[in-house]
Amino acid sequence: MSEPISALNHASYDGIAKVQECGLQGMITLRGDLSDKVLAKAVKDATGQKMPGQREAFVDGESGVCWMSPDELLVLVPYVEVEAKLAAMTNALSGTHALAVNVSDARAVFSISGSSAREVLGKLAPVELSSKAFQPGQIRRSRLAQVAGAFWMDDDQTLRVVCFRSAADYVFNLLKVAAQPGSEVGVY
Amino acid sequence: MSTRLAKQGRLIDRSKQVTFTFNGTSMQGYEGDTLASALLANDQMMMGRSFKYHRPRGVVASGAEEPNALVGLGQGNRFEPNQRATTTELFNGLTSVSQNHWPNLEFDIGAVNTHLSRFLPAGFYYKMFIHPKPFWKHVYEPFIRQSAGLGKAPDKDNRDADTYEHFYAFTDVLVIGGGVAGLQAAKAAAQSGAKVMLIEQTAHWGGRAPVDGGTIDNEPVDKFVEQLVSELETMGNVTMRSRCMGAGVYDHGYVLGYERLNDHKPGTQGPRHRLWRIRAKQVVTATGAIERPLSFAGNDVPGVMLASAMRDYVVNWGVTPGERVIVATNNDDAYRTAIILKQAGVDVLRVIDARAAAGPLAEEARQLGIRVDPGKAIAKVKGGKRVKKVAICNQEGIGGAREEVECDAVAMSGGWSPVVHMWSHCGGKLIWDDANAHFRPDPARPPLGANGEGFVVAAGASNGPLALGDVLTDAHAAGKAAAKAAGFKPKNTKAPAGETTQEAAMQAVWLMPANADVQLRMKSWLDFQNDVKVSDVQLAAREGYESVEHTKRYTTLGMATDQGKLSNINGLAILADALESEIPKVGTTTFRPPYTPISMGAIGGEARGEVFQPIRQTPMHDWHDENGADWEPVGHWRRTYAYVRPGESVHDAVNREVKNTRENLGLLDASTLGKLIVKGPDAGKFLDMMYTNMMSTLKVGKCRYGLMCSENGFLIDDGVVARIDEDTWLCHTTTGGAERIHGHMEEWLQTEWWDWKVYVANVTEQYAQVAVVGPNARKVLEKLGGMDVGKEALPFMEWRDGKIGDFDCRAYRISFSGELSYEIAVPASQGQAFWNALMEAGKEFGVMPYGTECLHILRAEKGFIMIGDETDGTVIPQDLGLHWALSKKKEDYLGKRAHLRSHMADPDRWKLVGLETVDGSVIPDGAYAVGEGVNANGQRNMIGRVTSTYYSANLGKGIAMGLVKHGPDRMGEIIEFPGTDGKTYKAKIVDPIFYDKDGEKQNV
Repeated sequence: MSEPISALNHASYDGIAKVQECGLQGMITLRGDLSDKVLAKAVKDATGQKMPGQREAFVDGESGVCWMSPDELLVLVPYVEVEAKLAAMTNALSGTHALAVNVSDARAVFSISGSSAREVLGKLAPVELSSKAFQPGQIRRSRLAQVAGAFWMDDDQTLRVVCFRSAADYVFNLLKVAAQPGSEVGVY
Repeated sequence: MSTRLAKQGRLIDRSKQVTFTFNGTSMQGYEGDTLASALLANDQMMMGRSFKYHRPRGVVASGAEEPNALVGLGQGNRFEPNQRATTTELFNGLTSVSQNHWPNLEFDIGAVNTHLSRFLPAGFYYKMFIHPKPFWKHVYEPFIRQSAGLGKAPDKDNRDADTYEHFYAFTDVLVIGGGVAGLQAAKAAAQSGAKVMLIEQTAHWGGRAPVDGGTIDNEPVDKFVEQLVSELETMGNVTMRSRCMGAGVYDHGYVLGYERLNDHKPGTQGPRHRLWRIRAKQVVTATGAIERPLSFAGNDVPGVMLASAMRDYVVNWGVTPGERVIVATNNDDAYRTAIILKQAGVDVLRVIDARAAAGPLAEEARQLGIRVDPGKAIAKVKGGKRVKKVAICNQEGIGGAREEVECDAVAMSGGWSPVVHMWSHCGGKLIWDDANAHFRPDPARPPLGANGEGFVVAAGASNGPLALGDVLTDAHAAGKAAAKAAGFKPKNTKAPAGETTQEAAMQAVWLMPANADVQLRMKSWLDFQNDVKVSDVQLAAREGYESVEHTKRYTTLGMATDQGKLSNINGLAILADALESEIPKVGTTTFRPPYTPISMGAIGGEARGEVFQPIRQTPMHDWHDENGADWEPVGHWRRTYAYVRPGESVHDAVNREVKNTRENLGLLDASTLGKLIVKGPDAGKFLDMMYTNMMSTLKVGKCRYGLMCSENGFLIDDGVVARIDEDTWLCHTTTGGAERIHGHMEEWLQTEWWDWKVYVANVTEQYAQVAVVGPNARKVLEKLGGMDVGKEALPFMEWRDGKIGDFDCRAYRISFSGELSYEIAVPASQGQAFWNALMEAGKEFGVMPYGTECLHILRAEKGFIMIGDETDGTVIPQDLGLHWALSKKKEDYLGKRAHLRSHMADPDRWKLVGLETVDGSVIPDGAYAVGEGVNANGQRNMIGRVTSTYYSANLGKGIAMGLVKHGPDRMGEIIEFPGTDGKTYKAKIVDPIFYDKDGEKQNV
């Protein structure tokens, strides 16, 4: 295998928040009946996490599971393990109507960190990001200006943002504009 | 003259002098000044000229409602026209120029229009310019365009130096307006625990109450405001933004706030404006009231000003607009101006009160030695660029028996109109208040939210009450009501007690004097900015305009950049009178957002420069860019049109790529093609419905080209489908179709066949896909080593998973070029490395990358159709000779029924053919073929059109495809395509497959 390279190869920017492309993250789109026990077990075996409810994300480092829709999850695993985890999951779900597919390379992941991180994202996504409304453990599927994006929080000052790989350059530039010096909003 | 007073000026800091320029003249002001107050302090009363008659105009107001004092602000890439001097905070180095005059403000040629004004009445343009018809385009329109518009547009070569942004905010209660009403409403709402956001358009809290005086809970208003602001600032659930205007109220509690962050300190780091996109459960509009002018002759002469504005200039900025002032009024409030001026040492010559009797404020004025003339009116203000004299007459009458008084400023007050814009934007209705002669919000008919309940509450003066005590009581109740409606329990608290001098009733005065003759009415301005006079509205009524909306457009009343903030009520009162109707029956025009103009930059937000639009990039994008890519937009993707080498034209590059791919080896970045995984026990059944041909019978390991139609039978997409395993298919879509077809599939699955067991996932971007094309395609793959790509191991229209070189891949043996061709999909994060490996290994085989134009030519040589070229949403498979792809075995598929409709089965439908010019030239793209005769419009009858047309370097001539009436039956006939270049192209109808008809080259 050739050395895989993420869309922006760890590009970063320091403004009112630090923006960084996180490199490759293993991701599996899993569609199926989320109330199915076999499916829940397959998820737990892959990530160690229980089944998330609506708009929940249980993520620990590079592993976790995010609710994406009533019949879709985003399963996070370390990039190097994705094929093995996918195979195990596919095997476990062989008797179940479900679809598990590797989308790791279809995405780009960014982190926004710092005390203004919420505000940077609040300029691009029509989502309430106050600490009252949005906390680690939750996920939003929304948009970042003109493209689709999803995000959750690693901790109270760090957001993790996922977009399509083809939009990585656009999203990075967006985040740079939104994090430009002197643009603190002062509400979150 | 207008001048700075020795004392007063609560908003200025006299220790901080500021230098600025107006029309190139350097002037001094203080920090805290507005441009308007600073200009007045420098005796610059005249600030611009009017739109139509170029009349000299001075500032008339002190805030957002200002119609006259518009300037061009800033220079170069920070120049902006039509900026209101009254809302422009002064800063050091500010440059401003007045507008709408030539050659200069003092002497203006266009002012000749004012002498022609009797020839330029309402509707003049409509009447004058309609005949003769051709004159409109060639004479009148250019002339009007030349003379229309107020400020100059910024230079087209300049680029805005600033940045802008949006911010999404969410709150329980949004309070618009930070005057005493807004502050009190915010407090009342916040005390319930609700999350409250309070926005104020100016830089100061408290609105105009500190100027108007009185006490609140026995404290001066200033002190009350100060305490309340600091109290709100300490409340964790309250967000306060000054310099943030409520611009518009929309459905579902959506409100736009326009924050001007750096207008008062240009060049500061950070965005200039921020557009707040607010979702509020409840909105409180505490937007105050605007004073109305009085309609008397010469009310537009510089020096005539709203009474409230005049005392604002004195109290807020320590500036008096004149030294000898006359006050004209129909209410008690204007006496405050007289008193304040007098106390500031300004001569107040008299108060002309249209009413017979006034209240205690008049008495107070008299005691200060001000002469009060009840029952009187201004017949006319005399003066050109400055007020010189006022002719006084009786209010009842036509304006005779005048007494003239010399003065240099006139304060006028026609009563107050609540600012109902925010209430009205989303459908709030108004009622007419006879006592105060104004429209105010009808609490029974608020704008309704999604639940059918009102989501806007008006508070304070914007709700009707004008006296301080009433304003506070109303605002307190409004804040509580909003909190309650937002689901909170308001605290049982009392409103603070506001005390002001009792006022006697006002009297509606729509014209001064009441029966002014036509000479006076022709000089009585309603709309200062657009030059609409009392006589214009009356003329419109006489000409049959009854609707206020029609009158507005006919006369242009209220259509200027101020949107009639001062003129609307006066104008419709005149209209009602002329129609012998009641004001509430005539009604108002529609209040539309934004409240005052907001910058285009703020609307665009971050979307400019490199983030104007997302540009989707494949994993090999940078390589393409570094290797001469001439880019082509395909949806949001950028694809390489051709790789242009130094010294080559784009056309040369295309021809080189076309020949090389056929003769040696070409590489195409095909990563953008959509890839949808469709899986489940019912996936085969589902795909049989999606595609016109049969997909359920496809064997694992094989590929099939498929067509997709909409339910109306029209082609919407095509692509190669591969069966991955028993339950799984991979469907390729067109580049532009990936998201659309994914959505199309999901829609059918979610709404129609929700019980079918099928899941779809879009994995387009998971893979970098490279088409390896040409006679040497197999050689290069074999050189890289790995999986067997031989004819037997991987036959045409099959796929295999395996390894090529170091790369895990899926290899498809498919061809869109007619050559030996593989499409190899590798993980996107290895796409560039794979491309590099192919380029390196391909050197000895003559490898060249090729772009989309080469792809198009190769497929056109083979007669392969392209969705979007041969199809345009009106084309069905039968038009393209694709009958073979329409399954006859299947009971149903999307489009099948539609194809049975008579028009779809019509033998006269234009059908696909090849076209070959008789002289080898290339038919222009989009050209139409003409037949015999003409249609009802006298145009040549059309018998077909070109859908794809190229120069084929392989064949050395132009080739094309087109849709032609009865085309397939007319092989060998020559038809004509007139070009827009004046030439007519003759082309022979031929088979659309120009190259390798038997398909031998792809099947080796």
